[in-house]
Amino acid sequence: MRRVVITGIGAITPIGNTIKEYSQALKEGRSGADYIKHFDASKFKTTFACEVKGFDGAEVFGRKEVRKMDLFSQYGLVSAEEAVIDSGLNFDEQNPDRIGVIWGSGIGGLRSLEEQIELNSDYENTPRYNPFMIPKMIADIVPGQIAIKYGLMGINYGTVSACASSSHAIINAMDNIRLGRADIIISGGSEAAVTRAGIGGFSGMKALSGRNDDPSTASRPFDKDRDGFVLGEGAGALILEEYEHAKKRGAKIYAEILGGGMTDDAHHITAPHPDGLGAANVMKNALLESSVSTSDIDYINVHGTSTPLGDIAEIKAILKIFGDDAYKLSISSTKSMTGHLLGASGAIESIACIIGMEEGFVPPTINHFTDDPEIDQKLKLTYNTPEEKQIDMILCNTFGFGGHNTSFVLRKL
Amino acid sequence: MSSAAEKVKKIIVDKLGVDESEVTTEASFTNDLGADSLDTVELIMEFEKEFDISIPDEEAENIQTVGQAIEYVQNEVDN
Repeated sequence: MRRVVITGIGAITPIGNTIKEYSQALKEGRSGADYIKHFDASKFKTTFACEVKGFDGAEVFGRKEVRKMDLFSQYGLVSAEEAVIDSGLNFDEQNPDRIGVIWGSGIGGLRSLEEQIELNSDYENTPRYNPFMIPKMIADIVPGQIAIKYGLMGINYGTVSACASSSHAIINAMDNIRLGRADIIISGGSEAAVTRAGIGGFSGMKALSGRNDDPSTASRPFDKDRDGFVLGEGAGALILEEYEHAKKRGAKIYAEILGGGMTDDAHHITAPHPDGLGAANVMKNALLESSVSTSDIDYINVHGTSTPLGDIAEIKAILKIFGDDAYKLSISSTKSMTGHLLGASGAIESIACIIGMEEGFVPPTINHFTDDPEIDQKLKLTYNTPEEKQIDMILCNTFGFGGHNTSFVLRKL
Repeated sequence: MSSAAEKVKKIIVDKLGVDESEVTTEASFTNDLGADSLDTVELIMEFEKEFDISIPDEEAENIQTVGQAIEYVQNEVDN
């Protein structure tokens, strides 16, 4: 079977707008949470989020183009550009039919939809919906935009599985390269749902933390007093490339993606299975497909969103699959720093894994104050400070509303 | 220049992201100002909103230059 490696990374996140900044923040254990700036959230039950900072789309894309792109597309293109540059690829020297884009977003261009509904809410007059509303909001527009920018004519589509979207994209990209349908695929995901409907909707589900008096400590996975996730935004991009193709052009190879699992809980539209059944199955499948054993894994980057039920279910699943090996490996949730980027989380978290592999550290689970008696404290959950460690093999978990579970294995080469 | 003409030009500058100096009477939206089919639909819609008029599709097809837009809008406003 053709092997698949990662040869480029790019990210724009609430804790850093480039890989360099992101990497620094992961090491420092910095929180990206603050009061919402995108709109006046003062009347909402949750008034904070993990927003991207210091980003001006008009400056990057120009006044004309920026109006035609929702923020989630802008983030996507920015991260893809960083990854392409990082990969050293010159698309003029490549066959465009053999290069694709598979990209995830759970929500799509929510703000673009909201804005047009607001403008057309006077139902007495003829509605004048902007012709760019649909192409701005559809969740699959980012892979289309990336293809146009670089002239990539191979396989191209979006994946939608809520918070597992970009992990499905990455696994699909790996599979399509394995099957010989493409030699290079730009994968990853983007999200920009810090909007009135986004905050209002997730808040209405009681999914969000309400710690309005102290936003920066609100995302506290595994802490006894965790009270929901903190909504994040941004994008992550990875260049997946067939191993021989990468070797031949002398590319820098960050890691090999060995295999992945995809399952469903078949339990509830939003709540995780209480015993983490689907999560356990997906980790087992990822390990099996990768032909590695539980003792090979050095680090698990967990989904760990900081919700009361989800964190416990995932820990149960890890203990079920890993047994005693669970106590030897390191575990952390980088969502404690970035917040929950929904469909982009698998992308930025696998990039956090790659950064950890490159620089020899496990990013921390920040904001740990009080142990939760329901969580086995013999596990190494990397509380508050990063752990210096040589990491050769990583499992990266992502789960989404709808019961979707994904997990994949990265190996250092 | 009439205020209608100024407003039309302002909309074009704003929506197409072009320089004011490029927005000459003869300038064609698609050939000179880089508009695609969706841009032209948006422009017509903006004129409708700004001047509170309704431009039927068959009339909109004939509005392809800055001058034609100004002329159409001016006529509608005058009547």
